[in-house]
Amino acid sequence: MAAIQSTATEEIHPDVALVERAKGGDEAAFEQLIRQYDRQIFRIARHITQNKEDAEDIVQDTFLKAYQKLHQFQGNSKFYTWLVRIAVNESLMRLRKRRNSKTVSMDEDVQTEEGSVPRDFADWTPDPEQQYGQGELGEILRKTIAGLPPGFRSVFTLRDVENLSTEETAEALGLSVPAVKSRLLRARLQLRERLSKYMKVKDGVSK
Amino acid sequence: MTCTEFLAKMTDYFDGTAVEPLLTEIRTHMAECSHCEVTVNTTQQTIHIYRNQEIYAYELPETLRDKMRAAIMEKCRCSKPPRR
Repeated sequence: MAAIQSTATEEIHPDVALVERAKGGDEAAFEQLIRQYDRQIFRIARHITQNKEDAEDIVQDTFLKAYQKLHQFQGNSKFYTWLVRIAVNESLMRLRKRRNSKTVSMDEDVQTEEGSVPRDFADWTPDPEQQYGQGELGEILRKTIAGLPPGFRSVFTLRDVENLSTEETAEALGLSVPAVKSRLLRARLQLRERLSKYMKVKDGVSK
Repeated sequence: MTCTEFLAKMTDYFDGTAVEPLLTEIRTHMAECSHCEVTVNTTQQTIHIYRNQEIYAYELPETLRDKMRAAIMEKCRCSKPPRR
């Protein structure tokens, strides 16, 4: 019996105790949760909105909303995944406001096949990251990912940059696992196609 | 396996969820089709570059983190406290 209890205890995520303490009014516990996840939430918001000031606001709005809705968190998912879902919704809402349109959603533009069918088959230089200076490479990456529809950008950011599992990505975005896989494939292929013109071997010689 | 079928299974291949006999079919196709081989290699490089670069590119300075955390806690205190 003791062994069973010990195993069960080991499986509980450390966030659960922090959330429980925060629910009970322990401010230090909630502050600890902010410390653990503010950087990730900022990066996700920055990727989706492509705007630094918006991303800073979204970090604050996400944690405030999480605090206010903490009693609704039942622990069926990881606290982080729950937090990411709030952040993604806040980010899409910002985009909608900025464009003064109701059309920004996870489904926007995702029907497009443009760039999803590989056309550029030139091989890349062996070490493409060394081709450019840090600032120049950063600019190329930002410009390239900014060209993706928000729905694709969100899936790629969560799965490939932040390293969430496919299931966690699906949960955070409110999508099915097959939908995540399909969007992820198209996002990866579109990014690859767009990056190719910067990274490929030119006339058989590395830059 | 056609190139279209190969592309449809590429996510499973990247994520390590492709199992036999699919895995062998994927590897055989890659060995026979240079276009798909390049597509796989350059897509893997795409993921690698973004993962490597973007984590650091969007790093928050510690002073800004402190400021933001203080602002969040202040807003939390002014809002309704969490209830069970």
